[in-house]
Amino acid sequence: MRAQADDGLPAGPAAGEQTREVTLRVNGVGHRLRLPVRRLLSDALRHDLERTGTHVGCEHGVCGACTVLLEGRPVRSCLILAVSVDGQDITTVEGLAAPDGGLHPVQQAFRERHGLQCGFCTPGFLLTTVAFLRETPQPSEEQAREAISGNLCRCTGYQNILASVLRAAELSAGREEQA
Amino acid sequence: MSGGRITALKPAPFGYSAPASLAEALAVLAEVGEHAKVLAGGQSLLPLLSMRLAAPRHLVDINRVPGLDRVEIVDGSVRVGALVRHTDLERHEGAAAAQPLLRQALRLVGHPTIRNRGTCVGSIAHADPAAELPGVLVVLGGRVEASTAWGSRQVPAAEFFLSPLETALRPGELATSVSFPVAGPRTGTAFVELSRRRGDYALVGVAAVVELAPDTSISSARVGLVSVGPTPLLVDLSEVLVGRPGGARELAAAAALALEHAEPEADIHASAQYRARLVEVLTTRALAQALANASHEEAA
Amino acid sequence: MSTAMFGAPVRRHEDARLLTGAGRYLDDLGHRALAAAFVRSPHAHARVSDIDVTAAAEVDGVVAIFTYEDLTGRMAEPLPLLIPHPALHAPRTAYPLARGEVNHVGEPVVMVVARDRYLAEDAAARVVVSYDPLPAVVGLPAARSARHAVHPDVPDNVAAHLVQAVGEVDTAIAAAPHVLELDLEIERSASTPLEGKGVYARWNSDEGSLRVYTSTQASTSVRAAVAAKLGLPLVKVDCIAPDVGGGFGVKIVHPWPEEVLVAWAAQRLAALAPEGIKWTEDRWEHFVSSAHERGQLQHVRVGFDSDGRLLGLDVTIWHDNGAYTPYGIIVPIITSTQLLGPYKPGAYRCEFFSLYTNTVIVTPYRGAGRPQGVFAMERTMDAIADHLGLDRAEVRAVNFIAAEEMPYDQGLIFQDGRPLIYDSGDFAATLDKLKALVGWSDFQAYREQARAAGRRVGIGLACYVEGTGVGPYEGGHVQVETSGKVMVATGLTSQGQGHQTVLAQIVADELGVDFDDVEVTTGDTRRFGYAVGTFASRAAVMSGNAVALAARKVRQKALRIAGEALEADPSDLEIVSGVVRVKGAPASAIPLSTVAVLSNPLRYAFDEAAKAATQFAVGDTSKPPVAEDDEPGLEARDFYSPTQSTFANGMHAVIVETDPDTAEVRVLRYCVVHDCGPLINPMIVEGQVHGGVAQGVAGALYERMVYDDAGQLLNASFMDFLMPYASEIPTVEIDHLETPSPLNPLGIKGAGEAGVIPGSAVIASAIEDAEGFVIRRMPISPSELFELRASYAAGRVPGLRRTSGERTDPRTRPGHSPDNDSPDNDSPDKET
Repeated sequence: MRAQADDGLPAGPAAGEQTREVTLRVNGVGHRLRLPVRRLLSDALRHDLERTGTHVGCEHGVCGACTVLLEGRPVRSCLILAVSVDGQDITTVEGLAAPDGGLHPVQQAFRERHGLQCGFCTPGFLLTTVAFLRETPQPSEEQAREAISGNLCRCTGYQNILASVLRAAELSAGREEQA
Repeated sequence: MSGGRITALKPAPFGYSAPASLAEALAVLAEVGEHAKVLAGGQSLLPLLSMRLAAPRHLVDINRVPGLDRVEIVDGSVRVGALVRHTDLERHEGAAAAQPLLRQALRLVGHPTIRNRGTCVGSIAHADPAAELPGVLVVLGGRVEASTAWGSRQVPAAEFFLSPLETALRPGELATSVSFPVAGPRTGTAFVELSRRRGDYALVGVAAVVELAPDTSISSARVGLVSVGPTPLLVDLSEVLVGRPGGARELAAAAALALEHAEPEADIHASAQYRARLVEVLTTRALAQALANASHEEAA
Repeated sequence: MSTAMFGAPVRRHEDARLLTGAGRYLDDLGHRALAAAFVRSPHAHARVSDIDVTAAAEVDGVVAIFTYEDLTGRMAEPLPLLIPHPALHAPRTAYPLARGEVNHVGEPVVMVVARDRYLAEDAAARVVVSYDPLPAVVGLPAARSARHAVHPDVPDNVAAHLVQAVGEVDTAIAAAPHVLELDLEIERSASTPLEGKGVYARWNSDEGSLRVYTSTQASTSVRAAVAAKLGLPLVKVDCIAPDVGGGFGVKIVHPWPEEVLVAWAAQRLAALAPEGIKWTEDRWEHFVSSAHERGQLQHVRVGFDSDGRLLGLDVTIWHDNGAYTPYGIIVPIITSTQLLGPYKPGAYRCEFFSLYTNTVIVTPYRGAGRPQGVFAMERTMDAIADHLGLDRAEVRAVNFIAAEEMPYDQGLIFQDGRPLIYDSGDFAATLDKLKALVGWSDFQAYREQARAAGRRVGIGLACYVEGTGVGPYEGGHVQVETSGKVMVATGLTSQGQGHQTVLAQIVADELGVDFDDVEVTTGDTRRFGYAVGTFASRAAVMSGNAVALAARKVRQKALRIAGEALEADPSDLEIVSGVVRVKGAPASAIPLSTVAVLSNPLRYAFDEAAKAATQFAVGDTSKPPVAEDDEPGLEARDFYSPTQSTFANGMHAVIVETDPDTAEVRVLRYCVVHDCGPLINPMIVEGQVHGGVAQGVAGALYERMVYDDAGQLLNASFMDFLMPYASEIPTVEIDHLETPSPLNPLGIKGAGEAGVIPGSAVIASAIEDAEGFVIRRMPISPSELFELRASYAAGRVPGLRRTSGERTDPRTRPGHSPDNDSPDNDSPDKET
């Protein structure tokens, strides 16, 4: 064993590693912090800001669990450097529910239609669906299937996720009528 | 990704610049040149960094450079700036009208979430021989604008792709835009591919462009093949199709000619023979679709 | 059962937190913990000649680097063999860190602890390990040939050899009017949960205790394993499975090297790591250092009569167990016993060889050996039907065990070491439902219609029986708090199955309380210390019955205390919505919350419930406040321990379309009839079936582990391991049969694995039907189907009799050199 005594162990980058001060705007709140330039956005959200709702399932951009909205569009947060999105608006799963805790229609639909089991991939599906329904409020089943076809789920076989997306469209329409 | 040895899923350290202007970006590139990678969408680069299959000393992040996010239709081309995301070009009605092959191909690039971040120019500069847009650039005879602090040059598609992941871009050069010629009259295009899962790189992909003469016989036909060679391949099929209506037998002959130019190889997903068969099948399908689209153009 | 939650499609308790980002998975914990990373072997087989950590130790932020030489005490011993078996004559397990030798790519060699994962990876990249490569044994043919050995002291690579037999199979087959032989092959896949493994351990120097969080299917056993490895009293170790992002079998293995290493390092480095140490498995690590399953070669010899009735079945299996056998030989035992499905095999003999290879270990993945067994049996059924020109469903039906024959003893020993006795099931009824659901008898008309349109379609079916709810036991604890909330705990863990909901449904009914007042905790040794784990579709059966029994005890106690308070006979009382009341006189009532106060004769009126309780006179002043046979509190625990497994069953049918040009396979319809007894929550059971089917389709058409000859896994990423997206998975149509099990109080059977089991068998059946030639190897890609078509056209693959009029050549299989085996067309009866 080689052990180094290092009292205090301040969090931070390796000596000589480049850092940069950035503002991460997450769910409407700005966070100013200094990050190593290689920090992935997914890690910055999860470990620097401790917003752990965004999950990482592969860290090579295939599974979609880490999907967040960047300026309203779904992106893979594991394929973006945190320093690259300085000042831009990021929405994570923590930002979906209303301030009073009321579920977003998409969250509500996933609950009603059993669109999740272990829940690990769920945040990615939720954010993908939120953005999709904004652009396609009344999707066909085929459109809904295509919309979620960039996200992996190992539990559900997607059947109830698909049903949830379609249900979310109904719920969203209902809310708009009420409004 | 097969072949390389993954050892981690966190990038190694690198230096980083985020220039705020094109001049600054080119100045930085001039300085760090050979050891630098340009970061635009990063959808191909980031996995390589995280797996430590690539470890550039320096990243030049051009995401804050103004003026690179424009799609313009100028001088008979759709000119796409280095920060135009796939989604933006896919949705650009002017571009789709001017060159329908763009939207046809873009719909097949990865998944929508990848297209939201990935850039068209980045996809071409990455030069994956299985990617769609390099095939489109080649079949349309487009060009890449390569810029340095001292000026810029236009690299024709035919000279741009050298080998897998290797292009004619020189150290210090930035691909600032790519230009796709607009479609002529009576022209039909199609992009057909087969992938294991939707959104995967194609086992074989075929971009087809067919032009009709006023008498509706074929006046030119060519295909761009992806995933069957070290670079996207251009095959001119005019010798078997020009002057003909494009019936089943003629398309089969064209497909056979396309296959003569292909260099299908085996990998873990498909045998060489299977890829060869797909070249024929998908070429036939792409040509048929392109013909149908051309006839539609003609009728319109 | 006033609330009748059992059987209702109740929405899940879990979802409120999981939908809002409030779930807490392993890597969501311990933000200030140090990070561990591992240097893993790049070689499939090599001696480790030197390890130089000098450069790595200089990386800023590195706290410690450990190799095997640093391990002390029991940490320096091999990891435990969890499930020994007399047939496992040459068990081998790994050391936590490689001791001089590595046996698969990905085996951990060096552990680095640093301030964060990036820095730990930087240091790991600078560790220089020198290897002397040895020949790698990759794939079953190489293992069987034994030209090279994985472990030098196991020269034939055979870890285990087991024969089970019922009757005289050779005699039965010799006397049979028809005999067929089949060579079958099924490739590796893996559980591949979206969340990999992970462990976070923190040493509490003040208490001298250790807390371990791990993404596991067996927290009580990880606790025991860590305590044993570290030499700690069990009570000084807590182990908690937080929210777990899927398991599917791979997380039942324990202790993983990382689980004991991180715990050990957390204690050893306590002064440097006051917030503990965490390791989160990345996706590459999950591919190369967790576990795979499925890979087998099989040889079937079957004798049958002219109705297709089995007379003798002789199966030999070569099972690839990877580099080590920490989980014993559960998988091939299950294959060899569950292969029989709903059928009576006549005489049966099954022999398996479990073989070492220089690849990742093989441990149960959802289905756990059953998919391979069903593949062997159902391919055989299809071959018999085709040989005799009979309907494939009819051949199956003629071999079914009849409902009246239950319980039915297959005469074998099952995975739990107990006799394989089916307790329930009505297979003929299941088949009828399936045929109706898929439209079995209308298919020929559909096929003709499709053919006229230039399309190629096929239909297939497959049946299975699944032993579920294996013992030895699970326990449950139910406690009514003075708030009226009911806290339930069971020791086994959850990975998305909805146990917090299902167990709450059961307790709500048993106790007569509102579902929303029941809160269930799983997998936390602080709450319940005894458990076996979540595997073998056992959680609902085992813990469901355990919490039901515990709730019944609580109910009994509540009625007794309420009876005293209300001066009523307990048998005249009922509990409705958390209130104990006199039947027919609901005004005479006492809330359970108050009963909970009364149950604890502690006279401090610290809350409203306690104050309210003082109005009731309790007990006989001549007796002690707590009776001799009683204890304070409205709580109880109980255990459920069955004599044997309970057997669920099901049948699947699919219709596929194969593209004549590209050989793409599309599943047009996927139908499931499933019998897991009474459904506790149909919504959840159907979700389990959907997910299982998706894994079955994945394993049949998309997923495999591609090793090269040197033992490198060529597709160790989600780019090349083709886990399907929604675009690849069909819609599943489900019908249920609910034949109760006579074995347990709730009559339930397990449902977790059912969906996946017949996947490869049913899809092979349908592709074969569409293509007209035999399919003997799964999974199958479009490229492979294309190559098979070419082989068939060249006469190297036999056609089906029903489509081509050719005879089936029983000896031919793809990849085998078939040219020497010319079909014998002259002997209509005897084939071998």
